[in-house]
Amino acid sequence: MIQISLSTPLLPRRRRLLSSLLSNKAGVAGLAIVAVIAAIAIGADHLAPLDPLRRNLSLKLLPPAWLEGGNARHLLGTDSQGRDLLSRIIFGARTSLTVGLAAVALSSLIGLVLGLLAGMAGGKVDALIMRVIDAMLAIPTMLFMLVVALVAGTGLLPLVIVIAATNWVGAARIVRADVLGVKEMDYVAAARAIGARPVGLILRHILPNILSSFVVVSTMNVGTVILAESALSFLGFGIQPPEISWGQMLSEGRQYLATSWWVATLPGIAITLTVLGVILLGDWLRDHLDPRLD
Amino acid sequence: MNGRSPLRALLQFVPVLYIVSLIVFVLVYLTGDPSALLIPEDASEADRLALVAAWGLDQPWYVQYLRYMGNILSGDFGVSYRYGSEALPIVLERIPATLTLTTGGLVVAILIALPTGIFAALRRNSLPDFAISTVTVLGKAMPNFWVGIMLILVFGVWLRLVPVSGSGGFSHLILPAITLGTGFAAELTKLIRSSLLDVMGQDFVRTARAKGVPETLVVLRHGLRNALIPALTMTSLHAIGLLGGALVTETVFSWPGLGQLVVQAVYTKDMAVIQIAVFVITIMALTINLTTDALYRLIDPRLRS
Repeated sequence: MIQISLSTPLLPRRRRLLSSLLSNKAGVAGLAIVAVIAAIAIGADHLAPLDPLRRNLSLKLLPPAWLEGGNARHLLGTDSQGRDLLSRIIFGARTSLTVGLAAVALSSLIGLVLGLLAGMAGGKVDALIMRVIDAMLAIPTMLFMLVVALVAGTGLLPLVIVIAATNWVGAARIVRADVLGVKEMDYVAAARAIGARPVGLILRHILPNILSSFVVVSTMNVGTVILAESALSFLGFGIQPPEISWGQMLSEGRQYLATSWWVATLPGIAITLTVLGVILLGDWLRDHLDPRLD
Repeated sequence: MNGRSPLRALLQFVPVLYIVSLIVFVLVYLTGDPSALLIPEDASEADRLALVAAWGLDQPWYVQYLRYMGNILSGDFGVSYRYGSEALPIVLERIPATLTLTTGGLVVAILIALPTGIFAALRRNSLPDFAISTVTVLGKAMPNFWVGIMLILVFGVWLRLVPVSGSGGFSHLILPAITLGTGFAAELTKLIRSSLLDVMGQDFVRTARAKGVPETLVVLRHGLRNALIPALTMTSLHAIGLLGGALVTETVFSWPGLGQLVVQAVYTKDMAVIQIAVFVITIMALTINLTTDALYRLIDPRLRS
């Protein structure tokens, strides 16, 4: 006789998600960090104490307020042109998250379409897509991004395109593998047998069943993409002044390392915190939705 | 991927390199007419057209493509306009510096990850284990160029212990290698911990313990040897990432390797150098994959058949 244990009550889906999150302290921390940074990015205009672009050469390279020579008006000090670092870091959050989310949305879409195509079509289409993926995996992503940046140019939109064009491979591979698994399921065969059309089949029967690992991979990718954005901007191929990006602030601050350590240190902390939040959130999502991915 | 002969594996280079060549061609073609960069500004329109015709830039794309493939196959990769000499030697002479740096990064990662990963697995759920996993996540979240700059700040500027740029003796390698290795060390630590835990729960480990094999030997011979297989896969995948990370790290430390060369070539649109560098780095990455395959067979006798 089969015994069914009822010791864990069947909670409604939303409550299960919440209780799973609350039982995972790292997940809560991740969500909190991401929420705070998202709030900062959205409310940057109101939160920034000063104009992030206003120069004041008489106040250049001021240390943070708590250090000797600091100025209470500039809590985190100023950069080499006397611009307020705190305000710049606050506006930098906006760039980081905008690029991060836009590039992930675009690369996930490319990955989803190509993964579905490879998995569903099989044969030559699959072989072709897989060979392209092999080739892309053999070129270091950073190198590939630089070469694509050569064509796309610099600035916010080209940067999103560069990152998306080079970061879709992970999503495509996961989607393809999942489709190959789901495609053979009985319910898909049954749907086919009663005459479901390919598009309907994908939308109603395949997509819902591959969604969780796709969401996990996409979330994890946000961290990777934010790091990529900062590296490209650091090298001078990403965000251009007067737009503000943490990577670009770091690159400027690097020249004043010997005298003013805070200019290069603080934007790095901002990047690390943001990516940390995304990683913790992604880890929890993975444990919750799709524990086999690791 | 496993169990194939080295020759067949080598043959798999061909389609990958072909597609890479195609990608490079498309990108170079899309960057547009390089004549604007190559021809002196005071040249007359007739001179310019003559040069464009001589280089075949006025031809349709498929003619340009055939010419490009012909050149590659005959080993002619063109001239770097920035250096004014053949691009191939310029790229080749940078390989040793990059290999030194990536090997250094790999060694740093393994030196950190192996002991910490084993320690964390053996003291599972202890306070040190928790501390290690916290540091691990941080290691993944930090941009490696920032780690490099912070190392320069602490050890170069404040403590004045090591040189902070250029290449020379061993001391020049320390900071760049640590910079390049930390991110990978973080991932490798996590992997060694989890795969060792996995292996230590298996029957043959229990049998070894039951036979009275000393615990150290159980961990090292039975546990670690099996746990290393996934670690090796990751090392292979990540070695390609290390080559990419070298691009940024070399720029931070003015390390005269391929990465620095590529970044400068992209700044100046030195297409000949970019093209060969992409090929050379891809071949290096593929060679790493091949080597890992061979190592698998050494570690895992099941694959030798």
